[in-house]
Amino acid sequence: MSAVADTLLVAISTDFLTQWSFWIVVGIFAGIYGVLALGLQLNVGYTGVLNFGQAGFMAIGAYSAVILVVDVGLSYAAALPLSMLITVGAGLLVGLPALRLRSDYLAIATIAFSEVVRITAKNARELTGGNQGTLDIELENNRFFVDPWTDASTWIGDNLLDPIGLSGQDFINMPLLLVIWLTLGALAIGLTLLVRSPWGRVLRAIREDEDAARALGKNAFSYKMQSLGISAGIAAIAGWFLVFQAESVNQQSFEPLVTFLAYAVLVLGGLASFGGVLAGTIIFWFLLEGLREIDLGLDGNQIASLRFIVAGLVLILLMAFRPQGVFGKKEEMVLGE
Amino acid sequence: MPAGMEASSIAAANGATPWQRARRFADENPAGIFLAIMALVGTALAATQGLDDFGQRTINGFVNGSSIALGAIGLTLVYGILRLTNFAHGDMLTAGAYIALLFNLTLELPFILSLLIAVAAMAALGVILELVMWRPMRKRKAGMLQLLLMTIGLAFVLRNVVQFFAGADPKSLDVNVTDSYFFLDLSIGRTQLYVLITAMLVLLAVATLLRVTSLGRQMRALADNFDLAETTGVDTGRVVIWTWVLAAGLAGLAGVLLGASGGSINPNFGFQLLLSLFAAVVLGGIGNAYGALAGGLVIGLAQEWSTLVIDSIWKEAVSFIVLIIVLLVRPQGIFGSSRSL
Repeated sequence: MSAVADTLLVAISTDFLTQWSFWIVVGIFAGIYGVLALGLQLNVGYTGVLNFGQAGFMAIGAYSAVILVVDVGLSYAAALPLSMLITVGAGLLVGLPALRLRSDYLAIATIAFSEVVRITAKNARELTGGNQGTLDIELENNRFFVDPWTDASTWIGDNLLDPIGLSGQDFINMPLLLVIWLTLGALAIGLTLLVRSPWGRVLRAIREDEDAARALGKNAFSYKMQSLGISAGIAAIAGWFLVFQAESVNQQSFEPLVTFLAYAVLVLGGLASFGGVLAGTIIFWFLLEGLREIDLGLDGNQIASLRFIVAGLVLILLMAFRPQGVFGKKEEMVLGE
Repeated sequence: MPAGMEASSIAAANGATPWQRARRFADENPAGIFLAIMALVGTALAATQGLDDFGQRTINGFVNGSSIALGAIGLTLVYGILRLTNFAHGDMLTAGAYIALLFNLTLELPFILSLLIAVAAMAALGVILELVMWRPMRKRKAGMLQLLLMTIGLAFVLRNVVQFFAGADPKSLDVNVTDSYFFLDLSIGRTQLYVLITAMLVLLAVATLLRVTSLGRQMRALADNFDLAETTGVDTGRVVIWTWVLAAGLAGLAGVLLGASGGSINPNFGFQLLLSLFAAVVLGGIGNAYGALAGGLVIGLAQEWSTLVIDSIWKEAVSFIVLIIVLLVRPQGIFGSSRSL
């Protein structure tokens, strides 16, 4: 079984007993993948850059934040911006050579990058805790990283959710859901404004015809770098949310599968629409998790496999018959050689 | 290389600094330079780590590398001819290995027969997918991203259909895992030796097919320039079908051989190999079948040699690093020409 599916399954199935908390966790994953896919939307949908390294950027964001807080001892206010800066730096470092490559080479190179990050996380035990997760144990003992979040989460629960009756064990994850989706919404609005600016129009021009954009005196390479840098920074946020959710950090959560699923979310919602990403991630995750509810008399392994068979078929059929996605515009789905 | 280029480069070489001349030499003989580097690294490793250790890793490297090469040839042919970056190719190795497993373990057929059935079944699957997916999509002039994501969807389906029926736990083919042959201070398992011989013979056969048969020449013509080949009367539909027979059949064979020599398989093993296959393909120049053959052997060797100097936990990262370095330094590969970019 694929490892990411595993971690997701474990994360979700413990809450499966009560329906509310199950769907809240589904909503949390939908939100995290939504954040990841917003970055992809900027790269793929608006710039024509096939970034397949999103899982790697997410890993750098998650690990750097945890290491800065737990090992270095920084406060949240210092660690999170610094972690984002590191991730953006990684994005630029990858982009510097990779963005000169043809788009299919770029896809392969960025996957290779994300796997190098993951294998480093797995093997550099002193730094990351590796597979055994000594960093996880530290997280549990010191709780430096999670405690401020737990406090904030309790505050949200007591002051905002209790008064409207959303309290108790069922809604323990509600504050995280709230924060993730508020962030997701804010990012979607911010990015929409950004691509409507003159800067965004240059991005689209590069996507449509890079040579023409160059001929008009635009430095296409620099714009692509900016697009990739922003996307990496957004992936860092998704990484932090993943740590808040799991209260641990494990390399298995950053397999290429994560990037592929984010692409499924992206094309389901449709290219060149940030609102589409929000709709896409809700449809995708509720479809994927809803399949659990249908009782076919299968064992756990078969249910997990079946869900990913359906995800694969959705991707194939979508690309064959409705490449513009549910909400996208067909004329924006031109990505040739 | 075009004849005119030589004259122009000689002219340009006049008055160049030695460094520029060396660079030009490297640009024009990439394969030779690369071979020299490999030989140099090999000699250095043999000298510092001992001949026995080095020899043993080299044997292991050839066993793995020859199977990787088999997988990489199909990947590169499909890319060269159809411009399809097939992310499902690794999972085609998995599917082949599990089909062999089904016949070998569940139906208790001999291993060789199971292998042949798996290769035939994968070749048939390749043709079916061409007819129901790839040909209709080409007719619609599907974009690169569209096709790429379809291959990712197909990868999900293949891997999880395997897992649905076979489960996620590692499984082993019924092959001899105990007998070994010894020569000097080196050893090779009997199965590994058979795998190496089979893979090498098939690689030789494929190289011959591509070089001397009319079909092979047509495949290379299509990889070179699809439209031009079509204009000059090549029956492209037929050649594409045979390309899939070859690519998918070889993927199945590579999967079974890797499963046999590696000891066990799980539904993820093909996907985990995908980047090694890409590394072999890019190293040899994407679309170049001979390049993929050489690239596969190099990747196999590089992975095994790396264990002489660094902890073997990093072995799986070696092919990714090779891939990244090649993409940075020479994206057209060691056999490719810069015009193919």
